[in-house]
Amino acid sequence: MVDAWQILAGISDPEIPVVSIVELGIVREVTQAAGGIEVAITPTYSGCPAIHMIEEEIVGRLKQAGYAEVRVKTVLAPAWSTDWIAPAARDKLKNYGIAPPGRVNLYPRSVECPRCGAARTERVSEFGSTACKAHYRCLECLEPFDFFKPL
Amino acid sequence: MTSSTCELALRMGDNALILGQRLGQWLGHGPQLEEDIASANIALDLIGQARLWLSLAGRLEGRGRDEDALAFFRDQHEFRNCTMVELPNGDYAFTIVRRMLFDAYQRVLLERLAGGAQAEIAAIAAKSKKEADYHWRHSADWTLRFGDGTGESHRRAQAALERLWGYTHELFAADEMDPEADSLRGPWLAQVEPLLKEATLAIPVDSAFVSGGKRGVHSEHLGYVLAEMQYLQRAYPGARW
Repeated sequence: MVDAWQILAGISDPEIPVVSIVELGIVREVTQAAGGIEVAITPTYSGCPAIHMIEEEIVGRLKQAGYAEVRVKTVLAPAWSTDWIAPAARDKLKNYGIAPPGRVNLYPRSVECPRCGAARTERVSEFGSTACKAHYRCLECLEPFDFFKPL
Repeated sequence: MTSSTCELALRMGDNALILGQRLGQWLGHGPQLEEDIASANIALDLIGQARLWLSLAGRLEGRGRDEDALAFFRDQHEFRNCTMVELPNGDYAFTIVRRMLFDAYQRVLLERLAGGAQAEIAAIAAKSKKEADYHWRHSADWTLRFGDGTGESHRRAQAALERLWGYTHELFAADEMDPEADSLRGPWLAQVEPLLKEATLAIPVDSAFVSGGKRGVHSEHLGYVLAEMQYLQRAYPGARW
C-alpha cells in the first residue's frame, strides 16, 4: 500500500491548487493503529471554508488507496502559522502569482511583485480574494497581485 | 469543567457570531469594493471562531447540542453576546469604531485566555488571537483615517465613539461568571487611548450605564438579527444544502 504521507502530498489546497496540504502545514500527524488510520489536520484560518473539502478529499483518497478505516481529526494547538509553509511551496506560490509570506516576526515593509520582481508595490487592501491573502498592486508593471499574509 | 467555562464559551461564541452576522450585512453595501471584501473576510473569521466556541459550549453543556443547534435554536434571552455587537451597523464610521473597540478587547481577552489552564479554551483563544491582531490593524487604521481625515469623517467617527463608549463598560463589568473582567480595562485602554489621541478623537465621559447583553438582557436590536439569521433553520429544521 502506498505510504499515507505520499498520498496526502498529492492533495492540493482547494483554493491554491499549486501547493499541497502537506506543504502548507495543514496535515499535522498521521497515526496508524489496528482500528485504522487517523489524520490530524489544522485549519489555516478559523473560518476557512476549504477545510471541509480537504477533510472529504483526505478520506476519499486514502480509501481509494486501500485504507479501510480513515478518520480525520482537527487539532487547534499549536495554531497554524505561515512559518510552516515549506520553502519549495513558497517558490510555487510565487510562480503562481502569489507573493509568499515573509517570516511572521519580520512583517515585510515592502512586498516583492511575484511577476516582475519589483520592490515598489503598494497594498490595496489588508484583505483579498481568500481569508489568507491581502491585495497588492505593483507600481512598476502595474499588475495587481495577491500576498499571502504572514500569520 | 464547570458551568462557568460553558458560559465563557457561550459569551465568546455569541460575540463572534453576532458581530460576524452584522458585518455580513455589509456584503454588497460596502463603501468601496475593498472594504466590502474586508468585512466579508472578517465576518468569516468571526463565524469560524464562533463555530469553535459554540461547539465547545455544546460539549461542555452535555445536552447533545452542537454549534448549529446553539446558533439557530436559542432565543434572545439565551444569547450571551455583549450588547455592543448587536447594535445596527449605522454608517461605516460606526461599524469601524465599534470593531476597533471590540478588536482591542478581543486582543487582551484572548491573550489572557490563551495563557489559561484549560487546554481547549487556550487553543481556541491562541488561534483567534492571531486573527484579532489582524482585524485590529484594519480597524485601527480606519479609525485613524476617519478621525484624522476630513471634517465630515471626523464628525462621524466622534459621533460613533460617543454612542458606543457607554456600551464598553459592559465588557469590563465583573460578575460571578467572570470575576476578573475589570482587570482587562487597563490593558484595553492602553491600546485605545493612544490611537484615539492620534486620530484626534476625544474620549467620551464615562457613564454609569452598563448594558446587560452578556447576562442575556439585550437591546431590541438582537431580535431582528436572530430573526434573519435563524429564519431558515426555524422554518425548515435540519435543512442542508
